[in-house]
Amino acid sequence: MSDGRPAGALERVLKRGILLAFSVALAFPFYWMAITSFKRTTDLYNLKNNPFLFSEPPTLEHLRLLLRETLFLRWFANTCFAGLLVAVITLALAMPAAYALARLTGRWGEQLGIAIFLTYLVPPTLLFIPLSRIVANLGLQDSIWAIVVVYPSFTIPFATWLLMGFFKAIPPELEDAAMVDGLTRFQAFVRMVVPISFSGIVTVVIFAFTLVTQEFVYALTFISSAAHQTVGVGVPIYLVRGDVYYWGSLMAACLIASLPIGILYNLFLDRFIAGFTVGSVK
Amino acid sequence: MSPGSPRWLGPVMLLPAIVYVIGLVGVPFVLSFFYALGDVKVGSVGWHFVGLANFRSVLENPTFRHALSNSFVFTISSQILVLVGANVLALTLKDAFRGRRFLRFLILLPWVAPVSIGSIGWKWILDSLYSVINWVLVRLHLVKPLDVPMWLGQPTLAMISVILVHTWHIMPFATVILLAGWTAIPKDIPEAAAVDGAGYFRTLFQITLPMLLPIVNVALLFGIIFTFTDMTVVYILTRGGPYDTTQVLPSLAFFTGILGSDLAEGAAISLFLVPLLAAVAWLMLRTARRAEVT
Repeated sequence: MSDGRPAGALERVLKRGILLAFSVALAFPFYWMAITSFKRTTDLYNLKNNPFLFSEPPTLEHLRLLLRETLFLRWFANTCFAGLLVAVITLALAMPAAYALARLTGRWGEQLGIAIFLTYLVPPTLLFIPLSRIVANLGLQDSIWAIVVVYPSFTIPFATWLLMGFFKAIPPELEDAAMVDGLTRFQAFVRMVVPISFSGIVTVVIFAFTLVTQEFVYALTFISSAAHQTVGVGVPIYLVRGDVYYWGSLMAACLIASLPIGILYNLFLDRFIAGFTVGSVK
Repeated sequence: MSPGSPRWLGPVMLLPAIVYVIGLVGVPFVLSFFYALGDVKVGSVGWHFVGLANFRSVLENPTFRHALSNSFVFTISSQILVLVGANVLALTLKDAFRGRRFLRFLILLPWVAPVSIGSIGWKWILDSLYSVINWVLVRLHLVKPLDVPMWLGQPTLAMISVILVHTWHIMPFATVILLAGWTAIPKDIPEAAAVDGAGYFRTLFQITLPMLLPIVNVALLFGIIFTFTDMTVVYILTRGGPYDTTQVLPSLAFFTGILGSDLAEGAAISLFLVPLLAAVAWLMLRTARRAEVT
């Protein structure tokens, strides 16, 4: 489009300027988390100091406090544990379901696939009140198992939808040939289709981990003691003692919790987007 | 259906996933209607039909009426901001240039980072004493040092803060969805229009944007759902305060049903989310079906 005309150059400068302004505005809180994490408390709370600069030498004290004297590492471990189990449950249920919808159920399967996708739109804030009783009746209140059991209710619909697209892209001749060689349909699925869908499976695992890290409402509702929390609730709720915010450690925790998940999500972005756009983009 | 696969195999492979989702989405969904029409409290035994009593008592509560209108203000204003911002951003980000991947990573962070954590970051930026925004405003002599804005302490400013933080969270999501739409438009159509003498803005408004409409719909519909049903930003930033002036339906349902132990009224409040959700689901189906036809 920009073919050397003066209008083209102007347009490019304008675009870069807008882009820069947006990037600064969107990324600013993360920059602010970083700078706060390494500032001395006396520097943070001195209103005469320029907050954009280090007026006193940087410190690792907030990080030390976070890792040694809070439950942060425990929350991190809880999040990984729940993420792993949610991923396993999701794959065990969504893979066969997605394969059935892609290959075995024909027209009514397509309708059912859309119905499954629609359940992804039912929000936690509509279900949390009855679910809190269901969780209590299952004896899971105040346990990490509450969210391990409940989270697959959003990951299964999304994963089924995502994997269905994956399986449809595999040529059916692959299984047909395997079945001529004497495998049953289910064996062909397990031995031929699952291995070559490896990248789809990895996408689902990453999705499960990001969801467990991001979810707030269910974890806040079902888990009432600090030691059993995930990062997403532990950091904003339980790092605050009474009314006292330890901003240095708090912002360090925010940064550590945000960056890995940001990098992972970025690697798989295009696939997640394909899941959201429901075939509106070919 | 190919030979060699028994008829029962498809349903059997589907069943576990369907049972799981019905058990943890379908059952609680139906239960929430029962709760709203009955007299359940935490620890109460049995259930008695009370008709629309819960809805009546909820509707008479001024806090609820305020939360209901806040929910619409919150959703509509943040979605307008998101749509404008995301379209501009997608337009500047769609062509390849050096550093595009890194910028996309930065821009996406507000969406990917847990929203509770992004919100607590903003709570520090909007702090009553140490707000960096206020520091800048004072230095620019736009406000007096002893009369700085209380971003989260004054009702109107608190509502604006909640809306802006949520816009910050959703905009990256809408941007990447729109970017996916841009890459799907065949390049030759806008180019042909340019050759025929249509200017940049004419091509944009008469050719490209109409072609983008289905994908804008998808971004908007998801945005509406994520915003209308969100309680995290409000809960972290203001806890619904000051004096319940920033409550939205989901946060009020949480305070009433979970913290206040009144399951029946809490369920009644959250059921007010259903009509809008149903409308959005219906529109989403129409969008999907239209995409299938073309």
